[in-house]
Amino acid sequence: MNETKKKVSEPLLQISKRDAMPWWKSYLVRAAAILLALLISGIITAALTKANIFVLYKTMFVNTLAVVKKNKLVFSVTKLWTILQEVAILLCVALALTPAFRMHFWNIGAEGQVLMGAFGCAAVLITLTGKVPVPVLVLLMIVASIVGGALWGVIPAIFKAFFGTNETLFTLMMNYVAAQLISFSILHFGWGASKGMNYTGVINLLGANKRVGWFPSIFGQQYLMNILIVAVLTVLLYVYLKYSKHGYEISVVGESENTARYIGVNVKKVIIRTMILSGALCGISGLVLVAGTDHSLSTGTAGGRGFTAIMVTWLAHFNPAYMALTSFLIVFVERGTKELSTAYAQISDNLADVLVGIVLFCIIGCEFFINYRVRVHLPKNRKEGKAE
Amino acid sequence: MFKKILALTLTVLMLATLCVSFASCGGNKGSFEPVAKEDLKIGFIFLHDENSTYDKNFIDAANRAKEALGLRDDQVILRTNIPETAACYNTAKELAEAGCNIVFADSFGHEQFMLQAAQEFPNVRFCHATGTMAHTENLDNFSNAFASIYEGRYLAGIAAGLKLNEMIAAGKITADQAVIGYVGAWSYAEVISGFTSFFLGARSVCPSATMKVQFTGSWYDLALEKEAAETLINTEHCVLISQHADSMGAPTACETAGVPNVSYNGSTAAVGPNTFIISSAIDWTPYFKYIIDCAIKGDKIDTDWTGTIQTGSVILSEINETAAAAGTAAKIAEVKTKLLNGETKVFDTATFKKDGNALTTYKADVDTDDKFTPDTEAISGGYFHESEYRSAPYFDIQIDGITWLNSAY
Repeated sequence: MNETKKKVSEPLLQISKRDAMPWWKSYLVRAAAILLALLISGIITAALTKANIFVLYKTMFVNTLAVVKKNKLVFSVTKLWTILQEVAILLCVALALTPAFRMHFWNIGAEGQVLMGAFGCAAVLITLTGKVPVPVLVLLMIVASIVGGALWGVIPAIFKAFFGTNETLFTLMMNYVAAQLISFSILHFGWGASKGMNYTGVINLLGANKRVGWFPSIFGQQYLMNILIVAVLTVLLYVYLKYSKHGYEISVVGESENTARYIGVNVKKVIIRTMILSGALCGISGLVLVAGTDHSLSTGTAGGRGFTAIMVTWLAHFNPAYMALTSFLIVFVERGTKELSTAYAQISDNLADVLVGIVLFCIIGCEFFINYRVRVHLPKNRKEGKAE
Repeated sequence: MFKKILALTLTVLMLATLCVSFASCGGNKGSFEPVAKEDLKIGFIFLHDENSTYDKNFIDAANRAKEALGLRDDQVILRTNIPETAACYNTAKELAEAGCNIVFADSFGHEQFMLQAAQEFPNVRFCHATGTMAHTENLDNFSNAFASIYEGRYLAGIAAGLKLNEMIAAGKITADQAVIGYVGAWSYAEVISGFTSFFLGARSVCPSATMKVQFTGSWYDLALEKEAAETLINTEHCVLISQHADSMGAPTACETAGVPNVSYNGSTAAVGPNTFIISSAIDWTPYFKYIIDCAIKGDKIDTDWTGTIQTGSVILSEINETAAAAGTAAKIAEVKTKLLNGETKVFDTATFKKDGNALTTYKADVDTDDKFTPDTEAISGGYFHESEYRSAPYFDIQIDGITWLNSAY
């Protein structure tokens, strides 16, 4: 009787916290997760398209960087640069979130902060082009973007620091305010591409001020400037978080506000300072989007990157260096699945979203196996135990 | 520490590779050599996919043109769900790089991104539907196109008016209860021109007809369009619905409520077997054939092309006899003849008033500028000249008899 009871109480799955896994082993788990995700996505897509699974993988990987020209696959420069600049902007927003997240300040408002940066830049471009010298215009664009983003970041921080408001809800709500503010301004000031449109169209596309205030092409590449800016920011932020006193304070506040207070850190000051930084970096993302990529403004300018970036920074464990890799992974998967939906009429863009979901699920899910050990007790053994 | 160094090195390496430069396209004024048909390649950029009636209409036309001209699969590239952002510019560049002779985009907001790409690829033709800038920019390789869809809407309006007459004659409604409900996307010229011509068509056969318009503020939002149609039916007591927005929202709401529906972008009989009457649509097949033909011959594409009933661009769907009033087909045929021979003008100033007065003059905003300055006199010879000074609609007068319940910009 006792013996049986003891056997039955042994669970099918036993989960226990692991000691730290050697780094190479944790990377093997992650690589396995990506392979598993590709396998699942491949099977689903193959089932829907009735195509050979290896042809699908080839489409996904090769077509992402190539175009078909005269029945031959040709490397596409445009596609490469488009991907790289997408990676750069997503990385820039993820960088912006990182200091706040390290402080355990859940800034869900990157979307709004990016929009405000974009708004500042576009407002200067639209209202001051041709009225001030170009260097002054560019300087004002940069200042307006940074101030716009920082302002949207610091407002929730002040409320959090002094009144203990919930920063998640606050920053989330600020997203909607930013979008409405842009919509209102475009209509109210007549910035629309056409009468009554809440979308500016491409700014300075034609005429005497053609391409004024746009980031210049470097070596004939118009997106290179975006990429360089983000590369520099990545290094700077890595150093700031890792080696500066500020970076240390952020980590301490994140671990425990009481400890921070005990060792003499001014918590309020750190929260506000860090959110100004986080917002300002979002503002720079907005600047890069308007001056470097879109050259236009609408409520959709941020394009959901403020939310995707949360995933990027989380997957990279808030480490700026890894973020370059995780944002590349996400952009590559998005582009790859989109290529699949272009190549196969049976698949719509919605399936592309599902596939992205599967990949992310597997990658996030594998963290569980890195942190926990799972022992399986098969029912067969239990039955045997009962028979004894 | 090792893995950090590794990660940093990888990052630096990756960023270093990015700095390798590539030559970009660009250069001189465009020249168009004839292209052999088997070498021709055309790329299409669509805002949404087949779930949107608007984009489906373009996609179907692209496939019809492809079949009619006997092009191979690899000569026609369709790119769906391309937003009105730099994504459109990037896609246009990719298509040009893939060797397309023509790149076409279907949404108004794509225009400036197409223009941006056109500046950089002078030897590729960029064609854009519904846009307004080609006739003033005069770039050799950039052109706009639209169709005189107001004529199609006017004819669809005839079907609506006859249905109202039938309801009045059957005693279902009184003459002054002949209220049409209209679900519009945005409050600008393209939509205003559309519902005004539809209304004038209806009123030409049912003089007591009035109309109420509810805007959704979106070109494609199933829930909002359905809700707007339900509001018009239940709260505003509209007895017939038409729409200019791209989802199945309004036709579905009509079928559920049993209210007749005049559709747009093609037949929606599939969701409204008992209520769908007729639909007007632009058939883009003639235009696509035309631009492909130009590319093959090396001809210049008309900078601002307007399709008409004659070119086969403005079409009507089949009439659903279950819902339509008797004699609809005959009456439409009669009015169509009058439109074709010029006897009837859709925007005849004798048929509408603004604030109680007939209009003798109206400056329309035809040439795009920052301030939306009205620049062109559009009324002469007793009618408003729609789609004559530019293919895209510019009729934006709020006429008497049509009530705006809201506005959406």
